Amino acid sequence: MTQGRLIVGPFNRVEGDLEVHLDLADGAVARARVNAPLYRGFERMLMGRPPSDALTLTPRICGICSISQSAAAARALADAGGHAPAPQGAAMAALIHAVENVSDHLFHFNLFFMPDFTRPVYADRPWHGQAVERFTAQTGGAQRAAIGARAALMHILGLMAGKWPHTLAIQPGGVTRAPGASDKVRILASLTAFRRYLEGTVFGGPLEDFAALSTRDALLGWDRGDAGLFLRIAADLDLDRLGRGAGRYLSFGAYPDAGGHAFAPGIWRDGARAPLDLADMVEDLSHAWMLGPASHPADGQTLPDEDMRADAYSWCKAPRLAGAPMETGALARQVIDGHPLARDLAGGGVLARVAGRLLELARSQAVMEDLARGIDPAAPFMDPAPEVQDGHGVGLVEAARGALGHWVRIEKGRIASYQIVAPTTWNFSPRDAQGQPGPLEAALVGAPVQPGETTPVSVQHIVRSFDPCMVCTVH
Amino acid sequence: MNILWLQASGCGGCTMSLLCAEDPNVIDLLEGAGLRFLWHPALSLETGGEVRALLDRIAMGEVALDILCVEGAIARGPRGTGRFQMLSGTGRSVLDWVRQLAPLARHVVAVGSCAAFGGVTSAGENPSDAAGLQYEGTHRGGVLPAAFRPGGGLPVINIAGCPTHPDWVTETLMLLAQDALGADDLDALARPLFFAQHLVHHGCPKNEFYEYKASATQLCEMGCMMEHLGCVGTQAVGDCNIRPWNGSGSCTRGGYPCISCTAPEFEEPKHAFTETPKVAGIPVGLPSDMPKAWFMALASLSKAATPERLSKNAVADRVEVVPSPRKPNG
Repeated sequence: MTQGRLIVGPFNRVEGDLEVHLDLADGAVARARVNAPLYRGFERMLMGRPPSDALTLTPRICGICSISQSAAAARALADAGGHAPAPQGAAMAALIHAVENVSDHLFHFNLFFMPDFTRPVYADRPWHGQAVERFTAQTGGAQRAAIGARAALMHILGLMAGKWPHTLAIQPGGVTRAPGASDKVRILASLTAFRRYLEGTVFGGPLEDFAALSTRDALLGWDRGDAGLFLRIAADLDLDRLGRGAGRYLSFGAYPDAGGHAFAPGIWRDGARAPLDLADMVEDLSHAWMLGPASHPADGQTLPDEDMRADAYSWCKAPRLAGAPMETGALARQVIDGHPLARDLAGGGVLARVAGRLLELARSQAVMEDLARGIDPAAPFMDPAPEVQDGHGVGLVEAARGALGHWVRIEKGRIASYQIVAPTTWNFSPRDAQGQPGPLEAALVGAPVQPGETTPVSVQHIVRSFDPCMVCTVH
Repeated sequence: MNILWLQASGCGGCTMSLLCAEDPNVIDLLEGAGLRFLWHPALSLETGGEVRALLDRIAMGEVALDILCVEGAIARGPRGTGRFQMLSGTGRSVLDWVRQLAPLARHVVAVGSCAAFGGVTSAGENPSDAAGLQYEGTHRGGVLPAAFRPGGGLPVINIAGCPTHPDWVTETLMLLAQDALGADDLDALARPLFFAQHLVHHGCPKNEFYEYKASATQLCEMGCMMEHLGCVGTQAVGDCNIRPWNGSGSCTRGGYPCISCTAPEFEEPKHAFTETPKVAGIPVGLPSDMPKAWFMALASLSKAATPERLSKNAVADRVEVVPSPRKPNG
């Protein structure tokens, strides 16, 4: 079918529930509508509860971005109380958070994204046999290796966060467990093992060499490891042109420390970086099954439209910054941080998003190693924060998938308002009142659809290149 | 045996936890046990039309379903329609699908406290009117009736936990594959006894502090968290401190309280999660199977007898006073 309409779902190897509606014309997608078909109502669950309950409940929004939610809640509560965490506690929270983000990048590449290249539709491509060997769903060699490496890396979370997902270790005042000298060397040993895996299997060479690539052409020349296999496929299928973005990026900044962030916050538009300013942010509800006016999240509310009115099509609100949809994620972070390779890829499609994630995987190893080496086993890791009675605060973090914000208002020791805007809320937002599509909806336009396809493989590549987290999206 | 895994109204965290299984990893383990996924939302290649075709074949009885695993609570709202979670691409609610598929399976497994009891998805005002498969909180009967039994004869098996420990899931599935899990192997809430016969208290590294009621007052101190910080490990089922999480962890090892995430309605403790409610200075949540008067008597005795080492370390974030065992008689 190259004319007409398609509904794509269940859409798996994305986290959570996703349905994509496509209008086709002349063998390509002419128009896309993205539906997040699950509503749970976390923002409503939190109303009237003690503020600290957000630290227990918000991580449970998402089993894959759990620590990101936890870190955002801790930061929002600290902000509401005007409290600063113990510096070593903040650094440990950053390390714990980085372990989750890196694990998510690893799983996205190996388990969620790459298996699509094993499909029979690519049986005539020269790389197909290798893709099948490495990335066949559940049994491919790369998949088994990634599952093992991630489980071993997460021993750092067993040690410092109790368990993963759904830890309570990150608090407004720091972290709940103070590591000793033996914990520090144990963490470094886990990181060294993870580096060995990344260099041996994923990149096939030193991480610093990959992180030193500075142009798209140099990137496409990287022929080692599973990353090299992906780049060979990307060149053959011209994945740079598939699902291109608008080149408008948002990052809240990752892993803050005393001197700033490991990956800087900011906005990228019209080919230039601007400072992060959220004053002009609104969540538009015109095409969401939500009631009420478009609002800044500090003043927002969550009133589901139980009638699911016909002119809306998703539970997802549509966040806009100064009226524009924004793309967020690893590529956005690396562009805004100023990495030359990411800057060269800015505005790109499937290749740019996946390469942005690989670049960040390589760069994050050094961030984690620095944080681990900086552990001071004699320092306090917590400066306990008193429960806030009245105030409002915002917690901004970078989840694996991009900018995550929590906005809280506390009155008489209870949560009076809690609003969450997750990365995929930005990326997979529906249209706004001006009819502007969300970033995925725009990126899908023009995707080729072959005769007979009911679940177009090009659409799958584009959707998965964003690494959506749908459970976070609506929450 | 084959497994169909559906993600309902939850966070996907039980799948993410399952993938932390080690020795062997979850792929090798299931393969070795003769278990295979017909479809899993995070792991399988099939998407869209391929999945719809599989679901239809199961629904028509063309594919015999051995184990239906459901992760996440089931949304019944708005107004009983289940439309707060449509199974994408099918035009039908997950509520509808689960009610159709559960009777066709030999075994039905609720993975996690949401699927078992409603869990966090049903917290607060329960915005999506979510319930567990065979329980709504502590009440028997969820989206499936209390008397429901799939072909294998067991009730819905409740692998409770938020999230589930990977081994709780893999061991349950392996026991089912060997036909070695019977009704007697489940507790009164249909949780497998192999983990539900233990308390989180068992093996807790804070046990010595507990014995002397040497309590932490802040989340970062080493003492027992029962008196002030909301820990209910003495009343919570789970072998969390016997078999560790992610290598060496558990909630109490991580320095934060057990919130009894394996229990129905843990999401509504009726007080802050990390604060122990007290009446006249006495914690209200004492160990469930110990006479209160005895507990109080023992607690006051042991508090009076607390060694200085424990009273100091309890409120420190690292060991300040090390044990000094007596020298052997020589």
